[in-house]
Amino acid sequence: MNFDFSDEQKQMRDEARKFLSEQCPPRAVREVLDGKAPYDKALWKGLAEMGFLGVAIPEKFGGAGAGHLELCVIAEEMGRALAPVPFSSTVYLAAEALLIAGSDAQKQKWLPRIASGDAIGTLALFEGKGNPSPKAIKLTANGGALNGVKKPVPDGAIADFAVVAARTGSAGRESDVSLFIVDLKAAGVEVKPLTNIDLTRGQAEIAFKDAKAEPLGAAGEGWGVITQVLDRAAVLTAFEQVGGADRALEMGRDYALDRIAFGRPIGSFQAVKHMLADMYVSATLARSNCYYGAWALSTNAGELPEAAAAARISATQAFQHCAKNNIQVHGGMGFTWEFDCHMYYRRANAVALGLGSLSYWEDALIDRMRKKNAA
Amino acid sequence: MNFDDTPQEAAFRAEAKAWIAANAPKQYEEELRKASLGRVQLKGANILEVAKAWQKKKADAGWACLHWPKDYGGRGASPIERVIWQQEEGPFGRLSAMFIIGHGMCGPTMMAFAGEEQKRTYLPPLASGEKIWCQLFSEPAGGSDVAGLRTRAEKHGDEWVINGQKIWTSGAHYSDYGILLTRTDPTVPKHKGLTMFFLDMKSPGVEVRPIKQASGASDFNEVYFTDVRIPDSQRLGSVNDGWNVSLTTLMNERMSIGAGVATGFPELFDFCSSLMLDDGPAIENRAVRSKLANWAVKASGLKYTSMRAISALSRGERPGPENSIGKLVAGSMIQDVAAYAFDLQGAAGALNGPEDAEVAGKFQAMLLRAPGTRVEGGTDEIMRNIIAERVLGLPGDIRVDKDVPFNKIPTKGRA
Repeated sequence: MNFDFSDEQKQMRDEARKFLSEQCPPRAVREVLDGKAPYDKALWKGLAEMGFLGVAIPEKFGGAGAGHLELCVIAEEMGRALAPVPFSSTVYLAAEALLIAGSDAQKQKWLPRIASGDAIGTLALFEGKGNPSPKAIKLTANGGALNGVKKPVPDGAIADFAVVAARTGSAGRESDVSLFIVDLKAAGVEVKPLTNIDLTRGQAEIAFKDAKAEPLGAAGEGWGVITQVLDRAAVLTAFEQVGGADRALEMGRDYALDRIAFGRPIGSFQAVKHMLADMYVSATLARSNCYYGAWALSTNAGELPEAAAAARISATQAFQHCAKNNIQVHGGMGFTWEFDCHMYYRRANAVALGLGSLSYWEDALIDRMRKKNAA
Repeated sequence: MNFDDTPQEAAFRAEAKAWIAANAPKQYEEELRKASLGRVQLKGANILEVAKAWQKKKADAGWACLHWPKDYGGRGASPIERVIWQQEEGPFGRLSAMFIIGHGMCGPTMMAFAGEEQKRTYLPPLASGEKIWCQLFSEPAGGSDVAGLRTRAEKHGDEWVINGQKIWTSGAHYSDYGILLTRTDPTVPKHKGLTMFFLDMKSPGVEVRPIKQASGASDFNEVYFTDVRIPDSQRLGSVNDGWNVSLTTLMNERMSIGAGVATGFPELFDFCSSLMLDDGPAIENRAVRSKLANWAVKASGLKYTSMRAISALSRGERPGPENSIGKLVAGSMIQDVAAYAFDLQGAAGALNGPEDAEVAGKFQAMLLRAPGTRVEGGTDEIMRNIIAERVLGLPGDIRVDKDVPFNKIPTKGRA
């Protein structure tokens, strides 16, 4: 049994970590945090040159043609470094939607541009409060023209194109949902940036007024594609979350070793040690669930829906747990703008929601386990 | 990334599977599979006899103590082969419970510190289950702080005379031999005055008294020593070097990564799938689903953590202290899962008569046994210390008694 990444994949992880530690140190993240740039353009170009943006995109569409296991490895490092770039929206959502449902022409048009860093993509799914549901999709598509408002759209303000979920039937059934590709620079598209708790990753409201759209996949089959995209993105995002959780744990550990109070390192007090041990436990459980998700994703196994939900829940919990207790270990200093702890805390709590919140995935996991047991 | 055996592993698995299929005591399979946490009982058969017979059969065919050298009754197998065996042995592995301490801790200690002739005499019958061993470390004054033990060993000629009391000794009531940690010099700091021996549990002056546990069962004992005489030839390691010897024992604490750890989750999921609440099936209730999902990912997290450890073994690596999370997570989870199964039943949840208890009383058995799981073999707090110190590299506790002669350490809290 080798339920682990291969030596080559681990080598890729080391390369990514080295690259990101040089090109994406906390001060680079802070450029975006402080509002000096909407995202790190130089880093985005660098990631393209390293081949990381197209790691899971086939060679014939301009990618490296490696695979999803390699993408998991990169995702973990992106999460660790809090990379302030539209990686998840472009690579996990837009590119995966194209890979699943795109025609050859659509793939040929967008995937090489994604791999080269020339196009930023996203998925426009939500329309206000609530979790993913066909009922919640009200935006209409008539004769290739979209009308409606999407929000929040991750990286919507910097994206070049979006995969948009629209209602094409009369009711709110799954079969009433279809997907479209929209050039966000075209007429009829109005983009408004929104503020959110994670200042290193933008959100936007996008209004479509008779915006020209091109169908992605067959009419009425959009919900099935969305479900698949969300499952894949759940695994990939879970790796980001585990990367973030591990980094928050390390920060807490390092501080506990350095900080002296009452004449001894605070890491020698059991109250602090046990808090850190519990963070390690949740990060480890999450990592193991993620590995199973990675296996299911890379083999396109029937277990993917269940594995993705488990990875998503476990990694969300672990990142939130580690990020909040990292601040607790740091005490007052952890609550300053100057220390980096809050950047992880902000990311942990925002990324917990993007693909649907914890309660949505809990529900999904139980449904999927029941389905498996019934089978 | 895959779950596949290597060709050698697959060949070993096939051989083990075939032998088990042809030889295991299948009449007990169902009962063993359904057995609850804690000591297994069989209806209409003495578990000790069934277990000894199965162990002997395995030993005769070369399937006992797989990781031990052949000369001492083992198979000389690799760690991954041992895991594969445990996977294939499945429910029949429950019959090994009474040998775990002997095979996992006493045997390796004997291998490291006993003389060659002693090893050849004592180890093969230990491997074959003909003789059962126990481990006599914990005392009323030293559980987590085992080096605080007070049982005295004093040298008289070629013999040592033992006086004192041990506690929490698993299986002492059916053990033939034991390894015993004693204090030989109380005038030096506590870790420096200990010595290890092995002894015949039938020696005059040894008295075993079962402890009735909070669960009502009796797995552990108190063992009293009154002028028990042990020949110096049964000393393991040097005089006053017993602490180092005991570290060998504890480092060999059985790693149950192959067998998997019980969490109670599959039972709870099945129970919630069939239980009806006022407003419909429990499994369709939002609050129930949320609870189940949280436990589901803990259970799967443990499962895949152990898969990662097995993969490390398969590559020839030695899994480290990170595997102590299994007992830590499962111990309190099983407690919470059982309490929740009761909660869903309202007042009737506490009833544990055979006609009232759901799932054959398994949740009640879990609830009552789990507090012991969280204490035995390292408390939750000791497990967190191990993770904090040995995995995360945080400093050890400040030990105020470290450099104090043992007989000057205070023995009472409040005066």
